[in-house]
Amino acid sequence: MNVIANASAYVQATALPQLPAPSSTKGPVHWVRQNLFSSPLNTILTLLALYVIATTIPALIKFYIVDAVWTGANRDACLSEKVGRQVGACWAFVADRYQYFIYGSYTQAERWRVNLVFVGVAISMVWLLWDRVPFKALGMMFVFGVLPIAAWMLLYGGARSEFWFLVVSAGLIAWSIWGDYSALKMGEANAFTRPESLVRYGMLGAMLLFGLYVQFGAGELPIVETGLWGGVLVTMLIASAGIVFSLPFGIALALGRRSKLPIIKMFSVIFIEFVRGVPLITVLFMANVMLPLFVPQEWSPDRLLRPLIGVALFASAYMAEVVRGGLQAIPKGQYEGAMSLGLGYGKMMRFIVLPQALRIVIPGIVNTFIGLFKDTTLVTIIGLFDFMKTIEASFADPSWATPTTRSTGYAFAAIFYFLCCWGMSRYSISVEQKLAAGQKR
Amino acid sequence: MKSIMTGLVAGAALALTVTAASAQQGSTLAQVKQRGVLNCGANTGLAGFGVPDAQGNWSGLDVDYCRAVAAAIFDDPTKVRFVPLTAQARFTALQSGEVDILVRNSTWTMTRDTTLGITFVATNYYDGQGFMVRKSLGVTSALKLEGAQVCTQQGTTTELNLADFFRKNNLKYTPVTFATADETRSAYEAGRCDAFTTDASGLYSERLKLSKVDDHIILPEVISKEPLASAVRANGDTQWANIVKWTHYAMLNAEELGVSRANIAQSMQSTNPEIRRLLGVEAKLGEGLGLTNDWAARIIRHVGNYSESFERNIGAGSPLKISRSVNALWSNGGLQYAPPIR
Repeated sequence: MNVIANASAYVQATALPQLPAPSSTKGPVHWVRQNLFSSPLNTILTLLALYVIATTIPALIKFYIVDAVWTGANRDACLSEKVGRQVGACWAFVADRYQYFIYGSYTQAERWRVNLVFVGVAISMVWLLWDRVPFKALGMMFVFGVLPIAAWMLLYGGARSEFWFLVVSAGLIAWSIWGDYSALKMGEANAFTRPESLVRYGMLGAMLLFGLYVQFGAGELPIVETGLWGGVLVTMLIASAGIVFSLPFGIALALGRRSKLPIIKMFSVIFIEFVRGVPLITVLFMANVMLPLFVPQEWSPDRLLRPLIGVALFASAYMAEVVRGGLQAIPKGQYEGAMSLGLGYGKMMRFIVLPQALRIVIPGIVNTFIGLFKDTTLVTIIGLFDFMKTIEASFADPSWATPTTRSTGYAFAAIFYFLCCWGMSRYSISVEQKLAAGQKR
Repeated sequence: MKSIMTGLVAGAALALTVTAASAQQGSTLAQVKQRGVLNCGANTGLAGFGVPDAQGNWSGLDVDYCRAVAAAIFDDPTKVRFVPLTAQARFTALQSGEVDILVRNSTWTMTRDTTLGITFVATNYYDGQGFMVRKSLGVTSALKLEGAQVCTQQGTTTELNLADFFRKNNLKYTPVTFATADETRSAYEAGRCDAFTTDASGLYSERLKLSKVDDHIILPEVISKEPLASAVRANGDTQWANIVKWTHYAMLNAEELGVSRANIAQSMQSTNPEIRRLLGVEAKLGEGLGLTNDWAARIIRHVGNYSESFERNIGAGSPLKISRSVNALWSNGGLQYAPPIR
């Protein structure tokens, strides 16, 4: 006891203040050591990477920014001998041609119609993709029902498309009234005055009024042939047709392939395997070069519509296999659990299986979308003028022929495609993190 | 630079097309009139022959040809739907009836004329393989390229023509080949070879992409025949072939007679019987084509004569500055010779 009592003089009564961590375990020096020079191999790789960066980046910056020409009316602005200094990228070329890159040869006076469609696409993207915007079901209706028809009517024009536009908007209003009326009957007292219905009627009413105004007030919109469409417009059309149609078709095909009904299963398997067995280029060639040989001229679909359908079917087959991967990952117990609750096939898939399966395959789905978006450039080989092709066609113009026009045009294309694909990829990561919140440890 | 592959692809499609092409009923002119627009198979972008401007409006020598045909039929050069066709798709598009005429810098060859179910009509540009060298080399003729290193593109007819030319003239040379036109040009610019060879029209547009345009000259020799011609379906519709053929000849005759877009109004009053026949003031020659008698006047009013179109698109009025040389009128020592309109 005595020893202990005496020992108390050596015991620290209060906690010592914390010392700063040794400089070798924190701070920039530590970070560099830990991440860049942690082993001989990493050191070598770091030095190699630094060397590559040092040799390429300054040259790129010099070419694309420092020496670049930003304004000018024709090739003279980008010629070293005319400017009197070394000339890098010729951004003046892009500045002069950006309208062509966006609209292609679309009639100049009618380009407001394209802008309106772009606005519609932007609204639909925000509506569906940003989770704080309410009325998602309405958004689906807008994207899958209203927008495609409205976009076609606006972009193509002509009396017939306006007629169908009016028919469809009247039909949607009738359908909407019928739906609300049944809800009223089922005991929902404010079926017609709930916010969702008000937004829906507002949207459909605006659509009908717009159709009526165009039809009777402004006179019919002049037809703009699809052959004149080009640039970002065509790229966006092909990509969104592929994206919008491939997901539902792909899911249906994936379910079909796992179905126990022999005919559905056979059809799905044959479709998927056939489409996956041919390259996209073959499909496009078939659509635009061979199809006119077999089909009488009056029947053959529009030159732009053919690759649209081709791309949508093609993407569906790939999507089907991605979704099937997700379906296979769902344990059998989930199916059995759903069935033991008395859910039918539709409800089981909708509420139990697909939500889990699709969450698993988000990376695969987005992968397919990004691949599809980049594959749209293939339509150039059948003579369609997508964004990439409008840039390439402009290279041929002698009034902008300079040594650097090409590298500038391709750099611009690269920036555009990178921003689009990177945006898709970032969005998918955020969705994945949100959906996986329950599984985080 | 006509790729050997394109002929094969088009040829393979022929077997399928014989039935499809013959299934086309009614005269092409009637179909075009009923449709109200001429479908013209066009280029997907070739300097001077068909290029889009900043607003997406196409211009060029081939584009003008299509507009001239539309002007003759409709008195409106805008009633053309340009269908851009890749090299592989061009002949099938014509066979299948997707386009009414093909004016897409296609070389008129016997094989194409006799086996593809199409028929070539009129040569609107005589192209041919040429050479570009540095001025500092001091060479003024291709025959003085003894021992030269020549840059060219792989797998094209240019490579074969080059070998033939040097062998025929007992000259030694070293071919330096590349996969694309851009690589070839860069190599030439970097000094890896003394001469650069491709079709003459291509040489002029490639020259514009060099950093010092004026340091390079194009040698006068043309070592191959590449007559770029318009084509129609070979389905016995001679009326349609005549319309396309005489559209070009009308533009040539107009140049020869000095009738241009600028002076068309005065020319209508002319007493020269040749001009009066051309413009339909006397004789009823347009009826033979199934058109109105002022068909040629419409062409000249809307598009101009051949010289105007040439200079505007590829000649002195354009950055390309291609000289008329073999494309001059026969009376000026060139090959452009139009039968008389009478």
